[in-house]
Amino acid sequence: MAILEVKGLKVYFHTRNGLVKAVDDVSFSVDSGETLAIVGESGSGKSVTCYSLLDLLPKPPAKIEGGTAFFDGEDLLTCSPDRMRHHRCNDIAVIFQDPMTSLNPFLTIGEQLIEPLIYHPDKTLRQSRPKARERAIQLLDEVGIIDPHSRFDCYPHEFSGGMRQRVMIAMALITEPRLLICDEPTTALDVTIQAQILKLIKKLQQTHDVAVIFISHDLGVVAGIADKVLVMCEGTIRETGNTDSVFYRSQDEYTKKLLAAIPSGPKKLESRVKPETLIKVSHLKTHFNDYSKQKIDGKYALIKAVDDVSLNILRGEILGLVGESGSGKSTLGRSILQLVPNTSGIVNFGADQLTGLSPRQLVPWRRRMQMIFQDPYASLNPRMTVYETLSEPLLYHGLANRENVLSRVSELMDEVGLARGSMRKYPHEFSGGQRQRIAIGRAIATKPEFIIADEPVSALDVTIQAQILDLILDLVESHNLTMMFISHDLSVVRYISDRVMIMHHGVIVEEGKTEALWANPQDPYTQNLLRSIPIADPLLERARIENI
Amino acid sequence: MNKNTLSQPATSEEDGSSLWNDAWIKLSKNYLALAGLGILILLCVVSLLTPWIAPYSYEQQNLDLGATAPSLQHWLGTDIFGRDMLTRIMYGGRVSLMVGFIATAVALVIGILWGAIAGFYGGRLDAVMMRIVDILYALPFMIFIVLLMVVFGRNILLLFLAIGAVEWLTMARIVRGQVMSLRNQEFVEAAYSLGLSQWTIIRRHIIPNTLGPVIVYTTLTIPSVMLLEAFLSFLGLGIQPPESSWGLLINYGVETMEEYPWLLIFPGIALSLTLFALNFLGDGLRDALDPRTSKD
Repeated sequence: MAILEVKGLKVYFHTRNGLVKAVDDVSFSVDSGETLAIVGESGSGKSVTCYSLLDLLPKPPAKIEGGTAFFDGEDLLTCSPDRMRHHRCNDIAVIFQDPMTSLNPFLTIGEQLIEPLIYHPDKTLRQSRPKARERAIQLLDEVGIIDPHSRFDCYPHEFSGGMRQRVMIAMALITEPRLLICDEPTTALDVTIQAQILKLIKKLQQTHDVAVIFISHDLGVVAGIADKVLVMCEGTIRETGNTDSVFYRSQDEYTKKLLAAIPSGPKKLESRVKPETLIKVSHLKTHFNDYSKQKIDGKYALIKAVDDVSLNILRGEILGLVGESGSGKSTLGRSILQLVPNTSGIVNFGADQLTGLSPRQLVPWRRRMQMIFQDPYASLNPRMTVYETLSEPLLYHGLANRENVLSRVSELMDEVGLARGSMRKYPHEFSGGQRQRIAIGRAIATKPEFIIADEPVSALDVTIQAQILDLILDLVESHNLTMMFISHDLSVVRYISDRVMIMHHGVIVEEGKTEALWANPQDPYTQNLLRSIPIADPLLERARIENI
Repeated sequence: MNKNTLSQPATSEEDGSSLWNDAWIKLSKNYLALAGLGILILLCVVSLLTPWIAPYSYEQQNLDLGATAPSLQHWLGTDIFGRDMLTRIMYGGRVSLMVGFIATAVALVIGILWGAIAGFYGGRLDAVMMRIVDILYALPFMIFIVLLMVVFGRNILLLFLAIGAVEWLTMARIVRGQVMSLRNQEFVEAAYSLGLSQWTIIRRHIIPNTLGPVIVYTTLTIPSVMLLEAFLSFLGLGIQPPESSWGLLINYGVETMEEYPWLLIFPGIALSLTLFALNFLGDGLRDALDPRTSKD
């Protein structure tokens, strides 16, 4: 019998702007020892589905309008708060998306781990502190925390993202739950760390025999971990079945679209590279003071974000820059654009040197090199309409005057695929993909020659991501752009770049033509990175996991 | 590099006004805020016209009459010297509203600029500017004002400036905190990478985004400034009887609260009315200036 049986679940949000059917008639079941993956893009209702089971939704505006969710013969949707607490404490655990914010920074991780044991609502089940500690240390060891005895008393900020997620997993497992809900547990992590965490979840699931509901937008991850897949879109189930049948014999249009949108394989466009160096970087160093540590001999320790990097970018080239978080790839981009002060080294734009120019002297150069930022929610001024955002660079650099600025902005809107009618709207009225189009429009407004795109698609859903990538490729073509494309997502970089550089700890460890590097990576770090990419194909993905 | 490329044409100002246009449209649908605005305008108009429409003279004493309860001749009663309360409240409103608005405006301008500059540039400049704020905070405010009065003589305008010069400190701290978090946002970096000058960035991208807390704090500052004036006047540092202000009237009203409650109640109502109106208007403005709140 299934451990969890959900039938006809309906969750509606009653907002000021009307009724939103977040989850509409969703049914599924999970057996113990089984992994059900719920797949969908943002807003599809996948998280709401799971949170409603644990009564974690804000009510109002959320309201459960119908359905049942039987866990062990008891309906979770109608049970009393006491029973719900009992279930949360003993039977069902959640791992949240962002390990950076889901731990309390003021308590040691050990204290947080043993909380459910020493403050158990059922007083007879409470454990003594030393006993709980022993159990927690044993679990920390199991999830791969090195030296758990001394790490037990450390605070969350002393752990890296991957380690924190391990702590979160230990925390979820400490009550020995029978159902584990993982809400995008690896989305915020680097790809090599992701591989480790997924392996860990899989292993723990087998040793502890728990049922897992795995929420994810990443079909590659799902292909490797799931037994059953549930595809959701706009609150409804589009397709459900075992993993192989969903991936190989999909019946649903939406599922097919999702699968087709994953960037895979080499770049299709012809390369437009001309043998002329546009950007030349020699021995560039960007160091920061590390204010988080104590001074030594009156000086702060240095963070060498970019450490002696030299590179050339040819005119018309798309150079992919790949690295994990903290590798210095964003800092390198900002250093080239002179947005952060360079410690030493030289950056040349064509024949002219950019390093050493004062902010005023840089103004005419700013027009010729632009940046597209990662987060379209943060990179647009929330109090400026699209028209204002796009007209600002035009007017400021004298590329339009008051008479023709409107028509220039309209042209820009056409170019990036936005409706002219939405010119007077504010950023919050647009979806993530549309916002990124606005940000791209702002970057190309000044007709630059060189653009640095810093993870421009990593905050977007996979279908939107494909559209934005194609837009970028079109614009590169039509505007004769040269681009440095920064990303942690290797498939995206392979799809878009002519040449790739791999960055690690502030230095370039390997570079080469995209396909040559893919076929034959030399550096062990690159090899490991390439091995860690999940493939959205269950058989290949399982084989890949076996081989790690 | 030729000189032309270095000169930066200013961004046109009319295009920057749409936030305010939209804000006005939204505000005009918020009846509570409109009522607040209406009350404030009414109070200001009455204050301006007071010398012509006041029923009695504010200083004419009538000791035979003494304190009388509200009646047809004296709608809000008379004080212990037989002066008409309505007249005194109207004249008091002139002083109180003026102190409230002018002193707050002074505090706003200094506070926003100071806080925005300190927060935006950070580093040493920020440290120096904020230490100045700390020093002024630590300075006993009464001594500061007494000193000003001693040096420049007692002058109502100086009173406004003195109060404003004290109130801007908190404003500067609020704005600085806001600006520091805004400074690292990507849209500010984007503006910088477009080559905009720092002043343009502060003016167009930073200050509009600090408006929410600033407006709320402003609506709280105005009444507190009015009470501060009362306190100073009570000590003999502000305005002197027979002139009046709401704060002063309330202070005297408190002394005779048990025998002549109307001496406290009516100026109290005037002050509370202003406070409510300001709060409603402030909340309305904050919502109106935030495009993220829904338009209906």
